[in-house]
Amino acid sequence: MTTIAEQVAAPKLTAKDFASNQEVKWCPGCGDYSIVKQVQTVFPDLGIPKEDIVFISGIGCAARFTYYMDTYGMHSIHGRAAAIASGVKAANPNLSVWVISGDGDAFSIGGNHFIHLMRKNFDLNYLVFNNQIYGLTKGQYSPTSEKGKVAKSTPFGSVEEPFNPSELALGARCSFVARSMDRDPKHMQMVLKRANDHKGTSFVEIYQNCTVFNEGAFFAFSEKDTKKEKAIFLEHGKPLIFGNGDDKGIKLEGTMPVIVNLKDPGVSVNDLWVHDEHDKIKAHIIASFFDTEYNGVEFPRPFGVIFSEDRPTYEAAMEEQIAELTARKGKASLNKILSGDKTWTIL
Amino acid sequence: MEATIEQKTGHDYTLVEAESIVIRFSGDSGDGMQLTGTQFTDTAAFLGNDLSTFPDFPAEIRAPIGTTAGVSGFQVHFGSKEIFTPGDEFDVLVAMNAAALKVDLPRLKKGGIIITNTAGFDKKNLGLAGFPDGVNPLEDSSLDNYLVHKLDISKLTKESLAGSGLGMKEIERSKNMFVLGILFWMFDETMDYTINFIKEKFAKKPDIALANINTLKAGWNFSDNTEIFTTRYKVASAQLPKGEYRNISGNHATALGLVAAAELSGLPLFLGSYPITPASDILHELSKYKTSNVKTFQAEDEIAAICAAIGASYAGVLGVTTTSGPGMSLKSEAMGLATMLEIPLVIVNVQRGGPSTGLPTKTEQSDLMQAMYGRHGEGPMPVLAASSPSDCFNTVLECARIAVEHMTPVICLTDGYIANGSEPWRFPNADDLVPFKAQFTTENNNPDGSFLPYKRDEKLSRPWVKPGTKDLMHRIGGLEKQNETGNVSYDAKNHEVMTRLRAEKIRKIEDYIPLAKPDSGNETGPLAVLGWGSTSGVIKTAVHELIAEGYDVAHVHLHHLNPFPKNLGELLSGYENILVPEMNCGQLINLIKAKYLLPATGYSKMQGQPFTTRELKNKILEFLK
Repeated sequence: MTTIAEQVAAPKLTAKDFASNQEVKWCPGCGDYSIVKQVQTVFPDLGIPKEDIVFISGIGCAARFTYYMDTYGMHSIHGRAAAIASGVKAANPNLSVWVISGDGDAFSIGGNHFIHLMRKNFDLNYLVFNNQIYGLTKGQYSPTSEKGKVAKSTPFGSVEEPFNPSELALGARCSFVARSMDRDPKHMQMVLKRANDHKGTSFVEIYQNCTVFNEGAFFAFSEKDTKKEKAIFLEHGKPLIFGNGDDKGIKLEGTMPVIVNLKDPGVSVNDLWVHDEHDKIKAHIIASFFDTEYNGVEFPRPFGVIFSEDRPTYEAAMEEQIAELTARKGKASLNKILSGDKTWTIL
Repeated sequence: MEATIEQKTGHDYTLVEAESIVIRFSGDSGDGMQLTGTQFTDTAAFLGNDLSTFPDFPAEIRAPIGTTAGVSGFQVHFGSKEIFTPGDEFDVLVAMNAAALKVDLPRLKKGGIIITNTAGFDKKNLGLAGFPDGVNPLEDSSLDNYLVHKLDISKLTKESLAGSGLGMKEIERSKNMFVLGILFWMFDETMDYTINFIKEKFAKKPDIALANINTLKAGWNFSDNTEIFTTRYKVASAQLPKGEYRNISGNHATALGLVAAAELSGLPLFLGSYPITPASDILHELSKYKTSNVKTFQAEDEIAAICAAIGASYAGVLGVTTTSGPGMSLKSEAMGLATMLEIPLVIVNVQRGGPSTGLPTKTEQSDLMQAMYGRHGEGPMPVLAASSPSDCFNTVLECARIAVEHMTPVICLTDGYIANGSEPWRFPNADDLVPFKAQFTTENNNPDGSFLPYKRDEKLSRPWVKPGTKDLMHRIGGLEKQNETGNVSYDAKNHEVMTRLRAEKIRKIEDYIPLAKPDSGNETGPLAVLGWGSTSGVIKTAVHELIAEGYDVAHVHLHHLNPFPKNLGELLSGYENILVPEMNCGQLINLIKAKYLLPATGYSKMQGQPFTTRELKNKILEFLK
């Protein structure tokens, strides 16, 4: 561990300091390049000593991320990164733990670990690179692929509904739920910093373009001509405004979100829904702006911090319990433990 | 009663001294037979008897009342000599209902004592137990060869609690205490231990405590006052080695072994576990020791349990996971990861009858091949097996030592029989246990200033680095590693080098474990009985008895199953025949035959029950005639 004095004295690290000596082997143009770059860019600002950072990943294209960071890291097995990270954090709460996962890894084979990690609320960051496809196995539909997806294993289209990851995380009682995308570096950097600052499990879904198997799946949210209509960028305390020329807003009528045109007579910005990221019920409504249509109206996809709440972390609660027990009962000697309460002596 | 030494007459009863006694408490799952048996056992242990117990209960928490499927048994064998098994046959059978009698009568010795609760033999209970209409074994001649005590224990309990203010349900639940009172009188044992237990257990419910104590005393007084019982039995204290003892079950001993491992290694302990019969008690027990550097984590599933333990070991503590057969199957992919990562990990498998859900509460030794080979790829892993309840302590401690010193996951096999069974344990003094301090690497190990996470020492172990250690940042994972650097490598030759290194590392452990020698008998001769795990007690008893009868037979028992002790082949080749009794279809015997090309004969039992001494003696005698 680094002492505070050493940290103060140490020169500030740069993005380069976080890059390992391993050759990056993603496909040319893959969205993962942007993500690793944004992570390496924000890390010097987080003030965490390099040796205290641990990346844990599962299996898939995203999972190779671990090899490219000059920190501690484990590239583990499919779907299990959440469980491994739980053990790392429980064993040493001082470490800054980052889980790197993909949509198949997190929501399909690792679905059970994902939901339980959210509920347990270890203080760690869980980044899912969602490309809505299986890349490393060469192009099967994933649990986030849109219904009707034509892929290698579904030549006539998939017949099942995808997960909405934000809804899933909220339903599993995640304490920090956010969304960003590979093609918006500044936004991703902001979200990564927020995730790091949050005490508890921070779930960040990052839309990531797979150039080979699912090119352009999220372009609507990043291309100039569609971005403003199709995406809404949330900011705590700010009204929900989107659209070309910021001419549209969302207001709540009871629990029903309604899109209004700010140019219409009688419509004021003051009537709009103001984003409160601590309001869980409203967070559920925002998260549901997915492929959903309310009354036949398509809502813009939300990006940014959808929800955050402060609640005790697993490891803090565990340490507190141990401290309380130790204060009350003291540490028993091994001899006392071995003998137990009821012994007899043979002379 | 194995040896009646002398008889003397008291006021109105005969006192018989017995060398050892087997009692089977048998009743419905809700009759409290496990508690009754445990209390009797603790008192016998407290009075200095050696003993061995065998709780034998159904998987269902409350199987249909009155049926044979719902019978819950607790067997205790106690004596003034050394006791290694819970006994083949019973001297005394407590049968709380017709079903219990039906299930356990076949193993009651001829002339044995039956204590029955006649209330459990009414028309309904007889029917549920499957007796034909109109047949009541208490009223026909079928029990003529036994000494039968027919008591309406339900009614006697009710009368003894008249005016206690308790409801019928509570009164009915106290009847096991009446039975216990009878047995304490019959075996001339003190009630004090149980009275204290009741006072502690029901400290917040004094009326219930009083009712139980009164019922216990009523059972004793009933035996003392009536002339139903004409004989009392006395089992003298055993001539056990001097020292301080406690009673211990295998699961409890496993938990204590892990607490000791934490202390001796200087490492915090992290248990990742998921509830499963018959292993859950280890999780329960360890969860009590949170002030002793122990963290327990009840994971969402078996896979998460081992993965969390792997994560903890990676972070620099001693990771442990505990489970039973089906859980082992689920953990096997993660075991492969731990093999590739080459980090310490202890995996405890309390074996039960399989495959699939199999026989959750019954014992078997059928996971040896799974432990040896149950991973994809070449995934060698050390395997050890505990031979008795108290030996679970030594075995799991040895597993932890190997895991830490050799940087490898290690499998610790126990089974339902020794996990739930108990025996007196002359527990060690902590100062006599050998420390095995974990060594963490904090410096670069390459002259060029870089760090090589897979550079090996003389044991072929790689360095263990805690995340948080300055300047040694590195990545590890499940992909094949380049030798020494640990970087991902798909190089053909490198994979063969690494595969052989991982195997050689495990093989080399043989240089750090004790040599094999016979537990009893000679180092050469006509026959060795080769065992592993929980068959130790019964093999020891059978072989001791046969040696005493003048036969030349030896008992070799394996604690280390991978690698084997390095002289094992040499030792075994000194015997003309090798008999391998196992509670499986013949797993150890296949390993022995394959490795040493020795003629060996298997002896299998797959009934969810341990071997009996008689079965084993008869089998051994086939080789000695």
